[in-house]
Amino acid sequence: MRLRGLNLRYVLRRLGTFVLTVWLAATLIFIIPRLAGGNPIAAMVGKISVAAGGAETAHSGALVAAWDARFGLNDPVFVQYLIFLKNSVTFNFGFSITDYPASVNQLIGAALPWTLGLVGLATVIAFVLGTGIGAFMAWRRTPSLIRSVLPLSLTFTAVPSFMLGLLLLWVFSYTLGWFPAGNAYSLGVTPGLNLPFLWNVVQHGILPALTIVGAAMGFWALSMRGMMVTIEGEDYMVLGEAKGLRPSRLFWRYRVRNSALPQVTSLALNLGAIISGQILVEYLFDYPGVGQLLYQGILNEDYVLVESIVFLLIVATALAVLVLDLILPLIDPRISYLREVPR
Amino acid sequence: MSDAVLEVEGLKVEYQTSSGPAVAVNGISFQVFPGETLGLVGESGCGKSTTAMAILNLVQAPGRIAEGSIRLNGTELSTLNPRSMRRIRWQEVALIPQGAMDSLNPVVRVDSQIAEVIEDHEGRQRFADMHERITELLGMVGLPARVGRLYPHELSGGMKQRVCIAMAIALRPKLLVADEPTSALDVVVQRVVAQTLLDVTQRLGMAMILIGHDIALQAQLVDRMAVMYAGSIVEVGRVESIFDHPSHPYTQLLVSSVPSITERRRRPSDATVREVHHRPSGCVFRLRCPQAFDRCRAEVPAMRELVPGHVVACHLYAGGSGEPAPAEAAGHV
Repeated sequence: MRLRGLNLRYVLRRLGTFVLTVWLAATLIFIIPRLAGGNPIAAMVGKISVAAGGAETAHSGALVAAWDARFGLNDPVFVQYLIFLKNSVTFNFGFSITDYPASVNQLIGAALPWTLGLVGLATVIAFVLGTGIGAFMAWRRTPSLIRSVLPLSLTFTAVPSFMLGLLLLWVFSYTLGWFPAGNAYSLGVTPGLNLPFLWNVVQHGILPALTIVGAAMGFWALSMRGMMVTIEGEDYMVLGEAKGLRPSRLFWRYRVRNSALPQVTSLALNLGAIISGQILVEYLFDYPGVGQLLYQGILNEDYVLVESIVFLLIVATALAVLVLDLILPLIDPRISYLREVPR
Repeated sequence: MSDAVLEVEGLKVEYQTSSGPAVAVNGISFQVFPGETLGLVGESGCGKSTTAMAILNLVQAPGRIAEGSIRLNGTELSTLNPRSMRRIRWQEVALIPQGAMDSLNPVVRVDSQIAEVIEDHEGRQRFADMHERITELLGMVGLPARVGRLYPHELSGGMKQRVCIAMAIALRPKLLVADEPTSALDVVVQRVVAQTLLDVTQRLGMAMILIGHDIALQAQLVDRMAVMYAGSIVEVGRVESIFDHPSHPYTQLLVSSVPSITERRRRPSDATVREVHHRPSGCVFRLRCPQAFDRCRAEVPAMRELVPGHVVACHLYAGGSGEPAPAEAAGHV
């Protein structure tokens, strides 16, 4: 089966762009720390010895030399670069500086599922709810009672997410005690694929998810409403009405269908950013996700960890844009990468 | 005149603006009879398109129908509830839009856009029946069946306009309102599409209101013509009568502006329609009229019949007070 509007040449070229983007980003990540100058091992050793009261400075030279060799810092820059590229391509990011001997892969591997589950799900829910609210806000036939209530749901967008999170914590966790205040699951529960554990996870996820949904929903609603209003003035809407079409068909097939196209584009771009998590929300709820990990990495100057997360973010964003480009011809017939008109 | 398909009486359409209501259509009356084509001509901004939208009860806010009645096959439309209005649209009166370029839903295939209007008015049909009907409709406007599987952006301007015509005749309405159906097309395609439109309406016996500013094109297409100026109809008559004896000074201006190969000249229009906000007293055309006299300032001219079927709103034909008698003035002798 041939997908509508796609040809092999285009897909290959588009894949090439993807690889190029990721390569450029990786190269920048490699170059920037080296522009800063200095020796990271010497800096670490210096810091440790200061922390230890300035003792044993005599041996630190030998220590730095040994670790330089261990990390390959004596190799020519070009060799270092090739090794770095090879490791990046194989997603082998080496060891965390603070959590040594844990590897960065282990740390991210432990955090990623939580972030994907929480932030990913919350983003999709916010998209669906927000887009729906925006669509019905712009529809004349929405019952006026509902239409006057809908904008209230956007109030939370005006509040910063950490404030909203604090509010939810205070009301639903401390005051009412309905939901746990932090972490992804209770300490006493053994992780596993069973109902009690899953239920425990859901309970822990509801407040942070609500925070993210509340904060993000309004943006989706406003942009959708804006598109709906713009499209109402289009010639094809007037003709659609002149045709005496059923109001529901005018709403879904004419207005929502056409308004949703830019929404999907924004969603794809947002999905790429999910992988780096929601730093504020994860920190607030002590959620063991990538955002929390990134925050700790920055605090502890764990460059390896931070660079790895940034690299993953770049790959994910580039991937999301790639997927978006490949699916756009499916949802918008005007976009086609074919040379000739399909017969 | 109860045998008319459409009877418009004293129709007045206003647009609310910050500087008060702008009257786009100021109390016009006309009829359309079964099977005939009525041309509605006038310059940009004279209220032609607003009249078209009013007939479909589709005047968009901040516009509204302020006064008057629109009777379609005996049903009063101006006071009809939205539900019944929706049923009447397309079943009894269909629109061929001005901007055919953007009048089709860009993400829906042509055949589905024709199918949806049939489905919403007649209920679901068997796929084979629907397919056959759409193929027939496309064929009637000279399009091959494969056009149905295309999206609007894959069609040329002329093809889009043909699709709009095919769509308009899908439910065999008694009346078509064609709002400058060819003005966005180049001259060659214009002729062909206009001819298609005429053939189809004649074949199906539909009446049509053909709105346009190109009086030369209209002359070849319509049976009767109504000339509009600044929201008022100033002259109505059979097309031969209008061209042979243009009576209203504005009609005379329009007819003489038709370029001719033997007689090269240019008659620049000295003004645009500016009477929408500041309507002059008396005759709406008097500020531009080369033959205006005192009475034009004082009194709004009523419609007078010069010869049967040819009416004009102008004091030149009022008779009495030393003015020329109606028939002579227009050269109807």
